[in-house]
Amino acid sequence: MIEAVRLQKHYGKTKAVDDLSFTVRPGRVTGFLGPNGAGKSTTMRMILGLDTPTGGDVTIDGKHYAQLKQPLRKVGALLDAKWVHPNRSARAHLKWLAVSNKIPVSRVREVLEIVGLTEVAHKNAGGFSLGMSQRLGIAGALLGDPEVLLFDEPVNGLDPEGILWIRQFMHRLANEGRTVFVSSHLLSEMAQTAQDLIVIGKGQLIAQTSTEQFIADATQDTVRVRSPHAAKLREILAAHATVTDDSASGSLVVHGIAAQQIGELAAENQIVLHELSPQRGSLEEAFMQLTKESVEYHAH
Amino acid sequence: MTLLAVERIKLFSTRSPYWCSALALVLGVGLTAIIAASTDNGQLSIGVTQFGSSQLALSVVLVMAALAVTTEYRFSTIRATFLAVPNRTSALVAKTVVVAFIAAVLGEIIAFGSVGMAKLLSPASDLAINTSGEWRHVAGVGLLYGIGAIIAIAVGILVRQTAGAVAILLVWNMLLEQLIGIIPKAGVKIQAWLPFMNANHFLQLGGDNTAEQAGAGIDFKLSQWGSLGYFAGVAIALLVVALIVAKRRDA
Ligand SMILES: Nc1ncnc2c1ncn2[C@@H]1O[C@H](COP(=O)(O)OP(=O)(O)OP(=O)(O)O)[C@@H](O)[C@H]1O
Ligand SMILES: [Mg+2]
Repeated sequence: MIEAVRLQKHYGKTKAVDDLSFTVRPGRVTGFLGPNGAGKSTTMRMILGLDTPTGGDVTIDGKHYAQLKQPLRKVGALLDAKWVHPNRSARAHLKWLAVSNKIPVSRVREVLEIVGLTEVAHKNAGGFSLGMSQRLGIAGALLGDPEVLLFDEPVNGLDPEGILWIRQFMHRLANEGRTVFVSSHLLSEMAQTAQDLIVIGKGQLIAQTSTEQFIADATQDTVRVRSPHAAKLREILAAHATVTDDSASGSLVVHGIAAQQIGELAAENQIVLHELSPQRGSLEEAFMQLTKESVEYHAH
Repeated sequence: MTLLAVERIKLFSTRSPYWCSALALVLGVGLTAIIAASTDNGQLSIGVTQFGSSQLALSVVLVMAALAVTTEYRFSTIRATFLAVPNRTSALVAKTVVVAFIAAVLGEIIAFGSVGMAKLLSPASDLAINTSGEWRHVAGVGLLYGIGAIIAIAVGILVRQTAGAVAILLVWNMLLEQLIGIIPKAGVKIQAWLPFMNANHFLQLGGDNTAEQAGAGIDFKLSQWGSLGYFAGVAIALLVVALIVAKRRDA
């Protein structure tokens, strides 16, 4: 179990992580979701003792990472597949990791087998494709047969086959009773991978729920409205709901009240409607809706 | 012991230490060969066999030691290291011990290799190592490299990038300490307390060649072994600072 309590990390004026509390339970895949720059990687680095929190605390089964005796046997992490010396062979990379935590060197061959890198074990990691590097990173994480696993955007840059492989792999790890904590900025990806979700934006917690619940909450009550008096309608609806402009179609996307209420409000105020359609919004739309406030970098 | 094994595997599973060692060997022994070849047979003495090892080759060894740390930062394997060994001080001390030991062994090989080369090229010269001063002059090179490696690692940890660390080490060792001598009067007094000057003082043989040796003309306040102790003290102090910084800052 990973437990963060009022975790904070400030870089100068940037509040990368701001008063963040959450728990990650064993036996499940927990997705760590947030747009770019939300603070996911920073949080993971703090969990692993690489960065010191500005405030608050984060522990693994009640202990700080630095207090773990042979940490690789307890926690396996893949934060960045490129954290490997390019002129060192995959085998040598895993070997020094194994020796450092008194893991039998025979385990190196096992994990290479698991991730399917046996054939290229003697080759320098610098020549690996992104997919192979990710696999090597995962091999490193599995080396100590750890109870807790952390993956930072493990599917970034992978082809569909690789994505499927990682997804199934994480399920297997969770089914074995391990704690699996995996970050992503894509809800659609997490929807298929994670059972629980911790959603953050601008370093703050937006939600911690089951994935099912989150999707149900996020996708209900989105209504597309088109009206020649859009500005006036917008003003009226804003008092009851979140309204966003869909500039592409010139319509309003209303989140938080039902179509029926919108129609009634429009009638009361004598506003003509050209379209009033409840939407079963896509996951990504819903996610963007939720994190809109906290998106660090808007695409213009 | 585990950590020493880890650092040994890391060091020897990349190519740069092999290249640096080979280069240091070629430069160190090579310079002696050039000197021997350009000196009349029979005129060579122990005092001129270590020009290469104590200057040129030393610089290469400093670079090698600095690289052992800065490449870890460059490729972020330092983070992988700190994940495997959260006690950063132990991890970095282990690295220092391994690199310093290798540097020291390399120093002995280059020093005695240089004497061997001189004997080979100038068989009529008296190149026997007899006095304790002569032993210190030759065998001391290994100590110099070992301690120099500690300084290089400390600088590497502090600066974290190869170009910066190498520039600092080379300018410091090859240029800065010499240039300070230009300052009228005070220069030589300051030089008596500069670490690499003291290192050279430790190696000094005395006798005929003293005037040609590095550190000549400086009035050292320490004995030769005292100078070595001082050099080592500076190295350890620098390392301690580096370890404290590494422990405090984000990896
Ligand atoms: N070492 C650092 N120095 C200064 N600012 C930093 C540092 N690391 C991260 N930040 C800032 O902290 C914020 C959070 O960054 P972080 O990398 O944790 O986000 P993320 O959620 O992992 O994003 P992404 O999806 O792009 O990987 C960003 O605004 C980033 O610019
Ligand atoms: Mg990130």
